[in-house]
Amino acid sequence: MPEPVISATGLTKHYGDLVAVDGIDIEVAPGESFGLLGPNGAGKSTTMRMVGAVSTRTAGELRVLGLDPDTHGPEIRARLGVVPQEDNLDTELRVRDNLIVYGRYFGIPRAVCAQRADELLTFAQLEEKAKVKVDDLSGGMKRRLTIARALVNDPLVLMLDEPTTGLDPQARHVLWDRLFRLKERGTTLVLTTHYMDEAEQLCDRLVVVDHGRIMAEGSPAELIRQYSSREVVELRFGASRNESAAEQIAGLGDRIEILPDRVLVYAADGEAVLEQVSRLGLHPTTSLVRRSSLEDVFLRLTGRSLIE
Amino acid sequence: MSTTTERTEGTRENRGGLRALYAGNAGSVLSRGLLAARSSTWVVVVSGFFEPVFFLLAMGYGLGTFVGDITLDTGQQISYPAYIAPALLAVSAMNGAVYDSTWNVFFKMHFGKLYQAMMSTSLGPLDVALGEISYALLRGVLYAAGFLTVMQVMGLNQSWTAVLTLPAVLLIAFGFASLGMAITSYMSTFQQMDWINIVMLPMFLFSATFYPLTVYPVPLQWLIQAMPLWHAVELVRNLTIGALDSGTALHVGYFVAMAGLGVILTTRRLRALFLD
Ligand SMILES: Nc1ncnc2c1ncn2[C@@H]1O[C@H](COP(=O)(O)OP(=O)(O)OP(=O)(O)O)[C@@H](O)[C@H]1O
Ligand SMILES: [Mg+2]
Repeated sequence: MPEPVISATGLTKHYGDLVAVDGIDIEVAPGESFGLLGPNGAGKSTTMRMVGAVSTRTAGELRVLGLDPDTHGPEIRARLGVVPQEDNLDTELRVRDNLIVYGRYFGIPRAVCAQRADELLTFAQLEEKAKVKVDDLSGGMKRRLTIARALVNDPLVLMLDEPTTGLDPQARHVLWDRLFRLKERGTTLVLTTHYMDEAEQLCDRLVVVDHGRIMAEGSPAELIRQYSSREVVELRFGASRNESAAEQIAGLGDRIEILPDRVLVYAADGEAVLEQVSRLGLHPTTSLVRRSSLEDVFLRLTGRSLIE
Repeated sequence: MSTTTERTEGTRENRGGLRALYAGNAGSVLSRGLLAARSSTWVVVVSGFFEPVFFLLAMGYGLGTFVGDITLDTGQQISYPAYIAPALLAVSAMNGAVYDSTWNVFFKMHFGKLYQAMMSTSLGPLDVALGEISYALLRGVLYAAGFLTVMQVMGLNQSWTAVLTLPAVLLIAFGFASLGMAITSYMSTFQQMDWINIVMLPMFLFSATFYPLTVYPVPLQWLIQAMPLWHAVELVRNLTIGALDSGTALHVGYFVAMAGLGVILTTRRLRALFLD
């Protein structure tokens, strides 16, 4: 087995009394794309920052590209591409200069930086904005520029903290396509996301994190198989009646989850559940049978919906 | 956390040595500063150049007619403009260096994410510190070089050693820029930043700028001699009038120490803030 790109054991981060990351174990193989999923405050960004060698761990072992971030920060960072959760573009520079100057920070010759900047502007569909000030870009454009910037050093590992938050659906799909191509070229991807479809699209393997701990680990399909049923029935009775209706259908399916706006029934056969519901004399205002998704796994594991 | 042991503060402080702090690429930080400065207002830069010239005209040649010549410790007699010009040169080096290393750095630290972005590349905190300090000292050196030319034209340089003023000013500006950035990195509010001005103004007025230190009682002389500007003024004056002595070496030593201290503090602080 090849040496893992990232390996963490008992990785821990304290901020004063607060335990942001509470002893997590992670191993990411070269070329793999690995996801961190979790609700707000779960410790995803903190983990990303420790792996990115910009935050020191409080305890545990961590190796990135075989090196210890404590002692080899610059060397590790030289081979990473980092997209932080919040854009930190250089607002005093123009769009193209942002890419060139960032490349120079890695010690890449100016001519090479200039050539890569032009390629990356195309990649991010920002050619027309090359000479514009960063502050004059839209939120989505800034995001695309941040992602392009992370590629200027041709990284072995790309770390993306909620890469598509704030992008419109079309831009998200374009980005997924680009990330897919990077993955095909052998770039290791590590990403956090709140979007289940994103995780299912991009991640070979993922961990669900909550309160700084890993709750589950596996491929999207494995997680769904392990933590959810094949199908889900979504029933809406109206906000005031969801609770009482849920009591009546208790016992149907494998498991029932009551959300503020709907009741979810987990079952292998959704249509059969629907029939049973109407046989009980209940008439939901809307009903829907769908396949289980990571969203359901997440709900099961954390008791919380991903997008709050 | 049963198998892992909590690491102590001591090992964290020393982790990695120079390798974790420095990628040998401060130049990229400096050239970024120059590129960003292209869009800044040149009026500010130009006005900083004229400030000491105005002082020289008003105080040196205006007020100077009432003062007459000054007799130095060495017994040497020099004109009043030749006495204050080196001091004004040192002050302009200080002002230029402090300008970019305090307010500009303060804004970058608190309102931009520039240093955070730099630190997520292969740059280390020492690269960022050296790059930003070098950028800041440039303004000081620029002002001083301009003023040195004015002095030459007006015949205020009394000795060939005035040539050495240029490297001396580089050192002086480095010292001020590096200490300025170090202090700024510990500041968190505008009120605290105002303290920098509160210290700089009296330092400008009382550091043997306009008259010899001997007018003060001895304890006050000591206080002033502990301040950086006095060393800068004396160093430059030694060079422009050609009176080098053991004191000159002391002044150089003072600034070497100040520059070193500033770089160390800034680096530590940048690491604490951006590589927590
Ligand atoms: N610099 C810091 N100082 C103090 N506490 C911090 C710091 N950074 C993060 N925390 C705390 O650590 C915990 C984990 O934060 P983190 O940003 O890693 O969460 P996250 O999973 O990325 O959440 P989100 O989905 O909202 O981005 C939170 O309770 C947060 O308040
Ligand atoms: Mg986060």
